[in-house]
Amino acid sequence: MSENLSSGSSNIHEYTVSELSGALKRTVEDVFGHVRVRAEISGLKRAASGHVYLTLKDDKAVLDGVMWRGTADRLSFRPEDGLEVICTGKLTTYPGRSKYQIVIEAMEPVGVGALMALLEERKKKLAAEGLFDPARKRPLPYLPSVIGVVTSPTGAVIRDILHRLRDRFPVHVLLWPVLVQGETAAGQIAAAIRGFNALPENSDIPRPDLLIVARGGGSLEDLWAFNEEEVVRATAESAIPLISAVGHETDTTLIDFASDQRAPTPTAAAEIAVPVRAELIAYVDDQERRIKRSLNRSLVDKRERLAGLSRGLRDPASLIAERVQHLDHLESRLRQSVVGNLNFKLQLYTGAAAKLRPQLLDRSLQQYREKMIVIDRQMARSIGIKQERAGDRLNSAVRLLESLSFRRVLKRGYSIVWDETGKPISSIKEATAGKSVDVEFADGKSAAVFADGSQMGGKSPPPKPKAKKTSPQSKQGRLL
Amino acid sequence: MSDPNSQKIPDDIAKMSFEEALKELEQIVEKLDSGQVDLDQSIEIYTRGSHLKQHCDAKLRNAQERVDKIVGRNGALSTEPADIE
Repeated sequence: MSENLSSGSSNIHEYTVSELSGALKRTVEDVFGHVRVRAEISGLKRAASGHVYLTLKDDKAVLDGVMWRGTADRLSFRPEDGLEVICTGKLTTYPGRSKYQIVIEAMEPVGVGALMALLEERKKKLAAEGLFDPARKRPLPYLPSVIGVVTSPTGAVIRDILHRLRDRFPVHVLLWPVLVQGETAAGQIAAAIRGFNALPENSDIPRPDLLIVARGGGSLEDLWAFNEEEVVRATAESAIPLISAVGHETDTTLIDFASDQRAPTPTAAAEIAVPVRAELIAYVDDQERRIKRSLNRSLVDKRERLAGLSRGLRDPASLIAERVQHLDHLESRLRQSVVGNLNFKLQLYTGAAAKLRPQLLDRSLQQYREKMIVIDRQMARSIGIKQERAGDRLNSAVRLLESLSFRRVLKRGYSIVWDETGKPISSIKEATAGKSVDVEFADGKSAAVFADGSQMGGKSPPPKPKAKKTSPQSKQGRLL
Repeated sequence: MSDPNSQKIPDDIAKMSFEEALKELEQIVEKLDSGQVDLDQSIEIYTRGSHLKQHCDAKLRNAQERVDKIVGRNGALSTEPADIE
């Protein structure tokens, strides 16, 4: 058996280990000379030489990989553990260790999403450390005399910055040239920031009082160096105020959160960094003019006040004189007012006296006299009229009286018997025998004496009507 | 300022940054503008104001563009003029 075995094995070519390893190497490199592999990075190490060693893995297998320095520097992003990438390269073996590995010639992250996720995660982590804390941010100097610029020495960015600085305020610019893209970019940028900060106060190189870290626009991968932790940390730690100006306005990298001020573009960073010199010169000149003007005005004011005060102080006697004058004035006014008052009263009196003339009385007397004449005439006229009317009434009354008079009755044959006292006798009882009476007829009176009553009894009624008519007659007689 | 004082700017002003000097200059302007300053003091602060103005002026007018780049040789840093354009 063993012979068979040995003879059997003797039919097979016998390699030395080196030969076999070499053959394997050739086969592997031949067959897998150009492969693309998708994997997650783990165990990434950067050697001092600049080469990068890492392991590519998926859920079941691992593959060692190496990226030579030249390749690593050209990468647009910085690979790190956990990042999913697609690597292009060739497989090779390492006979000395019985290993095989992939030599990575190109590497790209799998999709922007992966980078964004990484970015978000890193942002959270650094924020949690307080690197983005607003309290950490330092105010920018108003007028920096030396500005340190960390950027590529070639390209538009440094030119844009220098142009804009020249337009506004020419200053001393110290450029720290760095790569702004690739594997080593982040390290260079961080070193430049730290380097500026480390400059001693009194060295040949003046220490900038403001830093600008800048890069032009590009893809997320192009700007990746400015998302690297070491750059963010160096920025946050910088004692010199720092303006970040990476990419265009819409690009935001982690350095922007850690910097003291973010500028949307490199040109804008220059505008933020310095004021406009011409405006400042004009402003300072204006301040000086205001000082001069204020001082002049103040001097004029004070001079006027002094003059005013010294006028008041110059002659104390003038104060007294003024009072005396015032007193005199008051006195004279007093006198004037007494005299004036008298004069006034006098005038009133004179006026009143002048009005007291006899003519005034004469006039009113005359007036009364005239009035009296008028009234007199009126009275005479009125009385005349009244007399006339009274005469008329009298006549008519006389006529009426006459028409009613008992004498008319007498004319018709009646007589009135009057007693001795002059009263008419109207009753038989008064016709006592022997009584003397007067009998009145229409044309005269005749004395009579009553005879005996019995003889004359039949004749008593006629005196009755006579008697009846005596009362109006007597009345009338008395009236008349 | 062409007066003879112009040569001797006080040390404390000479050490000031532009911003500090400007701020004090503005304060002086405000103070004098208010008219609340007595005469001796106003002349004193006027003199100071003109020194501050000279200092600001010098900072503004003496500024000149200069562009250097950092060069590292054997771990030591130095500068050399940068020829950007």
